[in-house]
Amino acid sequence: MRHDHLLSAGQLTREDIEAVLDRAADLAADPGAVSDRYADTLLALCFFEPSTRTKMSFDTAIQRLGGDTVDMGTVESSSVKKGESLADTVRVIEGYADGIVLRHPSEGAAKLASQFVDVPVVNAGDGAGQHPSQTLLDLYTIRERAGLDDLTIGIMGDLKYGRTVHSLAAALTNFDARMHFISPESLRLPRGVQFDLHDAGARLREHTDLDEVLGELDVLYVTRIQRERFPDENEYQQIAGEYQIDAETLERARDDLTVMHPLPRVDEIAPDVDATEHAAYFAQAHNGVPVRMALLDGLLGDGDDGGAGGGAAATDGGESR
Amino acid sequence: MSDAPERELRISKIRNGTVIDHITGGQALNVLAVLGIDGDEGVGVSIGMNVPSDKLGTKDVVKVEDRELSQGEVDVLSLLAPEATVNIVREFEVVDKKRVERPEHVVGLLTCPNHNCITNADEPVESAFEVVDDGVRCEFCGEIVREDIGDHLAVH
Ligand SMILES: [Zn+2]
Repeated sequence: MRHDHLLSAGQLTREDIEAVLDRAADLAADPGAVSDRYADTLLALCFFEPSTRTKMSFDTAIQRLGGDTVDMGTVESSSVKKGESLADTVRVIEGYADGIVLRHPSEGAAKLASQFVDVPVVNAGDGAGQHPSQTLLDLYTIRERAGLDDLTIGIMGDLKYGRTVHSLAAALTNFDARMHFISPESLRLPRGVQFDLHDAGARLREHTDLDEVLGELDVLYVTRIQRERFPDENEYQQIAGEYQIDAETLERARDDLTVMHPLPRVDEIAPDVDATEHAAYFAQAHNGVPVRMALLDGLLGDGDDGGAGGGAAATDGGESR
Repeated sequence: MSDAPERELRISKIRNGTVIDHITGGQALNVLAVLGIDGDEGVGVSIGMNVPSDKLGTKDVVKVEDRELSQGEVDVLSLLAPEATVNIVREFEVVDKKRVERPEHVVGLLTCPNHNCITNADEPVESAFEVVDDGVRCEFCGEIVREDIGDHLAVH
């Protein structure tokens, strides 16, 4: 089975996920084995909003596979600022590259792009929607640290606009995970996301206070509460402060708790956590390269060698979330 | 006191066209919007709003002359008026009764209430919604619309 796009985590089956993670583990163990597999392959990096890390991670991944990138550059410096539609932009870029990695500020942008091109589209973040390649590296990290079965995970912070959260929760419905969502009332999980989780039979609970569940958790996934979501700076300070953790907070957690964060962090995880056994966020970021190599291998492969190795990575995008 | 004569006055029989009965009270204008009828076509349109009904308490009735609704048009009505019945009339006789069934998808009919949804940017795509248990959901951004679907009609 060969798939064309990775648009949302909800399209991934357990089998798809395990194929990518297994492949990523092989690549991490022996990165040289594939160093010229995609020697003639160009990946277009279309970032309509800045994300240095995600972009560099994809850039590194394709180069480690022997390929190269063409980069749209920043929106300010390109013609898209002049009002060209996304549909037109990707149709032009399709002629240059073998695949498109798209970051865009509007929800559903990657799905739209996928309807206009024949090359694979990878959603590298669409507004408050989805960020499925991040989810794959998150799952890789969780599997390494805590295992994906019989998992109790707390997901804390901005759950309303946090696309990494939406993707991760959707993917976790493939596994027997107990999910605890911890956020201020105003930043609760959107009902569209909740709808899917309930529909998939997920076991989830919502909390406003981390201490209600901290002691049970295998993994605590922390996201940033963004200042710009609050009209009033004081309100932001008060709310954000309640969802920050430090080494002292984690004394109430299990010794083997893994703390994750999609990065960049601001002050939601204090620097004194870095030195503890709990901290996994830098390893998590590093895992982005082998995981994205495995993902691209699955999407760009011709089906007989690379494609089969990566396994099924995505569907044709016929379903949402 | 019987209301039958008054109802006759409000909604007279039509020779050819479509009679949509048992519309949820107050939804008649949205039904016309879905059908793209605003009176400019020159066809005769009769609307009865909040007519007493045994079944619904009050209901709306719409009669459109010289136009026969397709099954697709009838199906989208179900989102606004799940109880609606549709009769096709020729020469004053009901020649076809269409069943209203919820469609699986509605394309181009509704606008997504999520302002940040790509379908609200100036892109060359039609909106697309999946019909779920008690509402519809945007196939691009996942936003769910449960109440007042008529408020999100894309047609003018
Ligand atoms: Zn939408």
